[in-house]
Amino acid sequence: MSALDSLDLTPIPAEDEALRAPVRAFLAEALRGVPGVTRARSWSGYDPAFSRALGAQGWLGITLPTAYGGGGRSPYARYVLVEEFLNAGAPVGSHWIADRQSGPLILKYGTEAQKRHYLPAICRGEAFFCIGMSEPGAGSDLASVRTRATRTDTGWRLSGQKIWTTNAHHCHYMIALVRSSGEAGDRQQGLSQFIVDLSLPGVTVRPITDQSGDRHFCEVFFDDVALAPEALIGAEGQGWAQVTAELAFERSGPERLYSSIVLFDEWLAFVRQDAATHPQRNTAALRLAGRVLAQLAPLRAMSVAVTGRLARGDSPVVESALVKDLGTGVEQLIPAALADDLGTRLAEGLPVPLGLLHTLNYVIQVAPSYSLRGGTRDILRGMIARGLGLR
Amino acid sequence: MNDEQDLFAASLRTLLQAHADPAVVRAIEAGGPAQALWQALQDSGFADALLPEAQGGAGLGLGEAFGLLALCGEFALPVPLGETLLARGLLAQAGLAWPEGPLTLAAQALDDGDRILCTSVPCARVASHVLLRHLDRCALLPVAEARVEASGLAQETTLSWPLATWQAAPAWPGALPPLRELQAVLYAAQMAGAMRAVFERSLQHANERQQFGRPIGKFQAIQHQLSVMAELVFASRMAARLGCQGPVQAPDPLRAALAKARCSEAAPEVAALGHSIHGAIGFTAEFDLQLYTRRLHAWRQAGGSESHWQGVLGEALVNGHEGLALDLLRQLTDATPLTA
Repeated sequence: MSALDSLDLTPIPAEDEALRAPVRAFLAEALRGVPGVTRARSWSGYDPAFSRALGAQGWLGITLPTAYGGGGRSPYARYVLVEEFLNAGAPVGSHWIADRQSGPLILKYGTEAQKRHYLPAICRGEAFFCIGMSEPGAGSDLASVRTRATRTDTGWRLSGQKIWTTNAHHCHYMIALVRSSGEAGDRQQGLSQFIVDLSLPGVTVRPITDQSGDRHFCEVFFDDVALAPEALIGAEGQGWAQVTAELAFERSGPERLYSSIVLFDEWLAFVRQDAATHPQRNTAALRLAGRVLAQLAPLRAMSVAVTGRLARGDSPVVESALVKDLGTGVEQLIPAALADDLGTRLAEGLPVPLGLLHTLNYVIQVAPSYSLRGGTRDILRGMIARGLGLR
Repeated sequence: MNDEQDLFAASLRTLLQAHADPAVVRAIEAGGPAQALWQALQDSGFADALLPEAQGGAGLGLGEAFGLLALCGEFALPVPLGETLLARGLLAQAGLAWPEGPLTLAAQALDDGDRILCTSVPCARVASHVLLRHLDRCALLPVAEARVEASGLAQETTLSWPLATWQAAPAWPGALPPLRELQAVLYAAQMAGAMRAVFERSLQHANERQQFGRPIGKFQAIQHQLSVMAELVFASRMAARLGCQGPVQAPDPLRAALAKARCSEAAPEVAALGHSIHGAIGFTAEFDLQLYTRRLHAWRQAGGSESHWQGVLGEALVNGHEGLALDLLRQLTDATPLTA
């Protein structure tokens, strides 16, 4: 049966749903008075103190075993937490990658010593990770990475360059996909993953300013960086398989639905108020609200269902790609359609709150990244077509 | 319950493969007799799926009937099986009797002088009665007594009866049945099924059709069209499934709205992509693609097109809800464990 029938309506277990109320109460207190334009940064927002506060609550690494400082809970528990973080617009960028994929990757492929070293710090919100995949010559064509780890008497020597590395300038570690044997022409063969301590000599991190004015991604240079033998994570030469499994976690989560949700809620609050006194001029806005809701609803059900598959140990790669491509589409529809609604009101001399326009204008400028990060739209669509039986 | 575990649907699929291939669909749509197909469906008991077991049915709720309704769309079924099983479920709940033959649904009518007029009623020509809800009444009206005119799209028909016939119809006991919401979930499910048929055919065509010395599916432009289609089919199927919840007499009105809004929005996109991938051959009467794409356009409108249902959802989200959109989203999507 095709992947199109592979997702059931999947309930979130009650014990995981029970996390929602305490998290929401905590966030209401922590984010009191923070404006929409700041909250809209959500998983791009950097706030290490906030991350440590979440760690103190036991809300980081919640799926990791308790023996390593984690919560020992299911992926559904993390789903509930993350859904609340994103909808509140909490600044979760510092620990985001560590919590979402570096921790699970270290748990799956790491040695006992690596797990003991990294996982408790991740759970406390004290070890932040970034993902070293893209390079100047290896974007969508990830298998052509050229950064190289060469064996030495004392471990490895790392040379090369990564780019578009989110939050590298704020992170302690990068998990980098690099070539450890063979040549670039060997493609997926000969790649390995290394945990690189970004404070080591020879590492240079340069932030890149994006079109919104934020500096959240970086160039990272490795100039003969000496790595210890235990920097290798997982098996040498298995980097490609490890990265592919990692991407299923990266592509299907709530962050692929909710990147524009803070803007949507702020707009809804305005429409609610305006429609109370002027219902006739809000007919189109109500339909737009319903259109967005009708697009989000099946996506949320699909995203929860993919979480269910991950919880059962599956790797639903095609389903994850479907959810991400559709989800980022809604995330981009929201600023585009709201700009039309608000621009029409302004042209007709109707009131629009300035704060709402600020949030909108930030989201408009950051929205193109939604369908670039984590695999571009074009790459995902190629994967989907092949996964569904195109020969 | 996923599609593979749905034994009712598996059994109906086998039946439809034997009795409702595209040749049968064409013949009935062209005005041919539908009795043989209907008899096979009647004998199988699927039209009674929502009846309580005490009345000889399978006692299914809408959630368990989703697979059956989607198959009606996937096979472009030219008789109103979905409408009939919903109507019989409602009539049984109300303690009313029902006629033998196939039934169809109309959720509103227009006053047309001394007649009452229902436009674009699906499969009415092959139905014995229309279950019509209009203003404060709901009743079965015999097709044999109607003035009938084809609407020109798929199997939709415009019917009218003398006002006196409507006024003489017996009153519905108790609260009027939610026909509008039931149409929404029925045609959402049928669209989900028909979109899947369009996708499967387009995928097969892309693998087989050769141009420039290779299958057209080797071209990235075609791959991307197929992927977009797959995404829309996937999302629509989930939306329709969310809409099919609860007992027949009480579908969740907002879930029904979400199902119809999403599927009606996706249907013309999927139909257009299917035609784009097929090229001219897909536009011919002889090729099967049109059996599904024309119905997608008909069902998109049947029971209300997307803007109508988006308005219903938007009213609930803006004027009937406070706080985060997430909380309404959760209410619409949280799965309640299905009873087996």
